[in-house]
Amino acid sequence: MSSFFAMGGYAMYVWPAYAVFFFVLVADYINPWVRRRRHLRELRARLARQAARQQRNPSAP
Amino acid sequence: MANWIPLWVHKLSSPPNFYRFAGTLRPWALAIALILGAIALYGGLVLAPADYQQGDAYRIIFIHVPCAWMSLFVYGVMAVASFISLVWRIKLADVVAMESAPIGAAFTFITLVTGSLWGKPMWGTWWTWDARLTSELVLLFLYLGVIGLYHSFEDRRQGARAAAFLAIIGIINVPIVHFSVNWWNTLHQGSTVRILGPSRISSAMLWPLLTMMAATKFYYIASLFGRVRTDLLAMESGKDWVRQIAETEGRR
Repeated sequence: MSSFFAMGGYAMYVWPAYAVFFFVLVADYINPWVRRRRHLRELRARLARQAARQQRNPSAP
Repeated sequence: MANWIPLWVHKLSSPPNFYRFAGTLRPWALAIALILGAIALYGGLVLAPADYQQGDAYRIIFIHVPCAWMSLFVYGVMAVASFISLVWRIKLADVVAMESAPIGAAFTFITLVTGSLWGKPMWGTWWTWDARLTSELVLLFLYLGVIGLYHSFEDRRQGARAAAFLAIIGIINVPIVHFSVNWWNTLHQGSTVRILGPSRISSAMLWPLLTMMAATKFYYIASLFGRVRTDLLAMESGKDWVRQIAETEGRR
């Protein structure tokens, strides 16, 4: 097992390469998920404001 | 809309339909990508033998080469989608084009970094201004240019149009990257895996490489669909279908 992690002496090149691959793709995958939550939260806040305005002044569109 | 385009394409390209379609397919694409990726990593890191010249350092190939292929493939998709959006003004096409750019940039970045990590022990240098390396760096700048141009306009549609032009002009770089190792005398090695003729690689090393290529393709589908869904929600935030989604998710 330790020889697997040693990568024949090239561990300091092989593992960082795999780490970059992994972390960049994870960040790429998470990004739209975070944006989506933010959009929906903002939209809900806007809808709540609209509903409140409608209650105060029912004749307005 | 031209009338030779089948009706189902027209229906699918409407935002609420595509949102649902992408939402159904995305978990499957991600699952397939993860399974294939795990198989490829096991094959590449454990089963494949060490290289007789490069020892274990060559194992970077199993991510470097699939990511390099993806950096060109995603650019192709982005350019074709840009063309479609400019000619037929299909909203979905410009979303696909603009959301492909960050994924392509990610793959190009991984290609450059892993290549650098491979170059140091094998060539003795992190970087050299070789034709292959330089054209791949230009590819990264093209992606960043498309992303930057898209975001530099107040109006989203206008930004997408300008960025689509840049994406189409930049396609000239894709064959340059691909053929750079044949056209110039480079430090970077030539193609090992060939579509025409036998590949110059042992099958124990080839199958993990091809499996990882398939895994990155499925990853791209999963990532793109997630991004497109998010963009459609943002663009159509005034519409009823988005309002319904916001309300259902708010109740949870």
